Amino acid sequence: MALPQTELRPMGKPILRKEDPRLIRGKGRFVDDILLPNMLHLCILRSPYAHARIRRIDTSKAEAAPGVKLVLTGEDLAKMNLAWMPTLAGDVQMVLATDKVLFQYQEVAAVVAETRAQAEDAIQLIEVDYEPLPVVVDPFKALEPDAPILREDKEKKSNHIWHWEAGDREETDAIFREAPVVVKQNVRFQRVHPSPLEPCGCVADYNPATGKLVVYVTSQAPHVHRTAIALTTGFPEHMIQVISPDVGGGFGNKVPLYPGYVVAIVASLKLGVPVKWIETRTENIASTHFARDYHMTAEIAATEDGKMLALRVKTIADHGAFDATANPTKYPAGLYSIVTGSYDFKAAFVEVDGVHTNKPPGGVAYRCSFRVTEASYLIERVVDVLARRLKMDPAELRLRNFIRKEQFPYRSPTGWVYDSGDYEKTFKLALERIGYEELRKEQKEKWARGEFMGIGISTFTEIVGAGPAHSFDILGIKMFDSAEIRVHPTGKVIARLGVRHQGQGHETTFAQIIAEELGLSVDDVVVEEGDTDTAPYGLGTYASRSTPTAGAAAALCARRIRDKARKIAAHLLEVNEDDVVWDGAAFSVKGLPGRSVTMKDVAFAAYTNVPDGIEPGLEASYYYNPPNLTFPYGAYIAVVDIDKGTGAVKVRRFFAVDDCGNVINPMIVEGQVHGGLTEGFAIAFMQDIPYDADGNCLAPNWMDYLVPTAWDTPRWETDRTVTPSPHHPLGAKGVGESPNVGSPAAFVNAVLDALSPLGVEHIDMPIYPWKVWKILREHGITE
Amino acid sequence: MKIQVKVNGTLYEADVEPRTLLAYFLREELKLTGTHIGCDTTTCGACTVLLDGKAVKSCTVLAVQANGREVMTVEGLEKDGQLHPLQVAFWEEHALHCGYCTPGMLMASYALLQENPMPTEEEIRFGLSGNVCRCTGYMNIVKAVQSAARRLSGASGEAVGEVATSGTAAD
Repeated sequence: MALPQTELRPMGKPILRKEDPRLIRGKGRFVDDILLPNMLHLCILRSPYAHARIRRIDTSKAEAAPGVKLVLTGEDLAKMNLAWMPTLAGDVQMVLATDKVLFQYQEVAAVVAETRAQAEDAIQLIEVDYEPLPVVVDPFKALEPDAPILREDKEKKSNHIWHWEAGDREETDAIFREAPVVVKQNVRFQRVHPSPLEPCGCVADYNPATGKLVVYVTSQAPHVHRTAIALTTGFPEHMIQVISPDVGGGFGNKVPLYPGYVVAIVASLKLGVPVKWIETRTENIASTHFARDYHMTAEIAATEDGKMLALRVKTIADHGAFDATANPTKYPAGLYSIVTGSYDFKAAFVEVDGVHTNKPPGGVAYRCSFRVTEASYLIERVVDVLARRLKMDPAELRLRNFIRKEQFPYRSPTGWVYDSGDYEKTFKLALERIGYEELRKEQKEKWARGEFMGIGISTFTEIVGAGPAHSFDILGIKMFDSAEIRVHPTGKVIARLGVRHQGQGHETTFAQIIAEELGLSVDDVVVEEGDTDTAPYGLGTYASRSTPTAGAAAALCARRIRDKARKIAAHLLEVNEDDVVWDGAAFSVKGLPGRSVTMKDVAFAAYTNVPDGIEPGLEASYYYNPPNLTFPYGAYIAVVDIDKGTGAVKVRRFFAVDDCGNVINPMIVEGQVHGGLTEGFAIAFMQDIPYDADGNCLAPNWMDYLVPTAWDTPRWETDRTVTPSPHHPLGAKGVGESPNVGSPAAFVNAVLDALSPLGVEHIDMPIYPWKVWKILREHGITE
Repeated sequence: MKIQVKVNGTLYEADVEPRTLLAYFLREELKLTGTHIGCDTTTCGACTVLLDGKAVKSCTVLAVQANGREVMTVEGLEKDGQLHPLQVAFWEEHALHCGYCTPGMLMASYALLQENPMPTEEEIRFGLSGNVCRCTGYMNIVKAVQSAARRLSGASGEAVGEVATSGTAAD
């Protein structure tokens, strides 16, 4: 059964998803669903220590265990020059540990057996003799002169990885010297984890008879994975087929190449049969890419009447044992310099230092848009600190400092050129929709009664759609993306893109774009992604880049097809091409709308009745190099009530107004917003991955690392304004990550607003009830 | 150990290790891969199936415990080529993105509506609190369960269709 959706002109409509019919039937194809003949199973032995020398590994008992076909250690991989692999951050990372381990749960050895259970049994039989070493978990202590050096393999004998800065230090310092008002706040964005419901995994299938290596893998960037596998293993790229099948959520977790993939590939190459590796939830949290972990200090220089003049930011970034942060090559701190946010500062200076600690690698993940989560949280938090210092309403302070709509395209003091925005309009809509003035009145009454109600604002600017070739690349590969569209003789279409969705609805939304451009219905268009043998090369889906890059490529590719179709239409209509007009559904003769041919007529003619001088067929490809990023934005307002007895924060209302330019499918955009707000809520109130002094991960599973349920999650209220991106072919901007980028600050600002009668200046996330309870008790509130 | 289990109406006989979890038995022995595994602490509910009509997390049931009993998985929802109203409602209300929690969410919703045919929003949220979704933020899942409840309780298909449509539009 299928719900037919034959309407033409589908852009902007809430078209039901084409991917749902298989997923609601249990007929999705996720990596662990793949079963191949003679397939074996791989399990990984992990380190119980955060930092330890490996004296000896004895695999003899494991090798003799039932069903075991292969045991691999770092020494085995070292012989193939694969004990280490390159990372997206230009560092290297251990695949299986050789001389020492650098974080708890690090990969040490692997077993391949006939069944998953046998492999799990056998890894218990591997004996590893560890010599514990001093552990570094605090990035500030890691920088002290007598700190133990973690990375003995590196030339630089220090835990400091890099220093990065943006903006004008001298100009900023000069403004700060003269400024009548300066506020300063330390803010930590805690270590969290994207935790997609489907953990990471792969099936590596090397066939010695064909010489081909097929890798089914949980991948947000299959083409980049193919190239990375080729570069890492030396296996020729044309003999590697990476297939990213249905992916059970990515959220940035599935961008990098993980050691488990490499070990499975090595095992399949050695054994000549398929090898499956599926990690557990615990392995996912404790070893795959974390998010955030920024220790930030921000200062704002302002006038007494609330004109913000300059911003100064200093940050320590905890990157764990290996710098594997998924960033464009030139941006070790991602796009963190967007930290001036929605405000018109005269000057800004931002510096970040990356540091090694005994923790797993990562940093960029979880709807962060390359560190925009950190930037947005910081500026929105500190703007509130300034409002408090000036005794000014935080809404009023924002309105006084917004970049005005006539200033776009706006060059920020750190060098970004914001494409478009009307912040005042969007914010005023949010204020009006939530009833801001009435809420402030209610709050005064509640405060007078000793109750703690808070209103939190976040008016953020995103930066998504990486990115222009002049400054954006991954492993040297420019961050374009692509589309390839073929129109069949009967007017049906197959389209393939270089991105890879993980639930964001590309099979529907890209079909909408193509159907709109070609005058067809969504049902006429099949969209495929994720198979590197068939899809055009692209950089993948992350950082909300799909619509800005591949969305643009899809539109321009379809327009290329339309240009050719016009020539064929002219031939069919027996007129000059200049006399042919396209009305969105058909080509007709100028002035004679009755004389027309549809795209289906043209498609048939392209194979059956091609005019002289025109190549048969109707297809095109397009590799789109974006001229700029897109800058969606939003105005979020949270209303919270605090329970004085328990410290629990109840989110009473949350209103999110997003502006992502022109919308392809409002139903899907709303779904993205609901999901991202839920993540932001979890980060603000529930999620943290702490490490004890010995480097033990204290939240390596979903008993301790909390994911919100339907019961925990607030009801979301949403709305939109539309400020198109002027440089995008559809006027569309990315949006997937906006809700996670924008919402944590609204939640935290709301809690601090509620507690403002007590003079509390800041609380670091997650705002657990006990943190609030403790503050209330410290202020003598014992109810 | 030999077991007999009826799954989606078909009787299966198998020889399983006592330690084999029901989730793996369904996925790897019977190749019913709609049932998913999302965690290792019985938190997420992606593996939810019905065991003798009751929603269970099949990662926390041994296959041998299902001996002589009936299991229903997501693959058993569609009957004679007709999607179950819950499946239609999840589609229409955009209650899934990546689709990984969906089978477990559908089975938990099925059990919920068996117990409570017209649940309130609170009852739905509480009733599905054993199922984690990382994509949707739950709102559309609540809407879908409400819509399916109206459809299932309706006297005739047409009348129910109208109710569901107006209910959606009102949100």
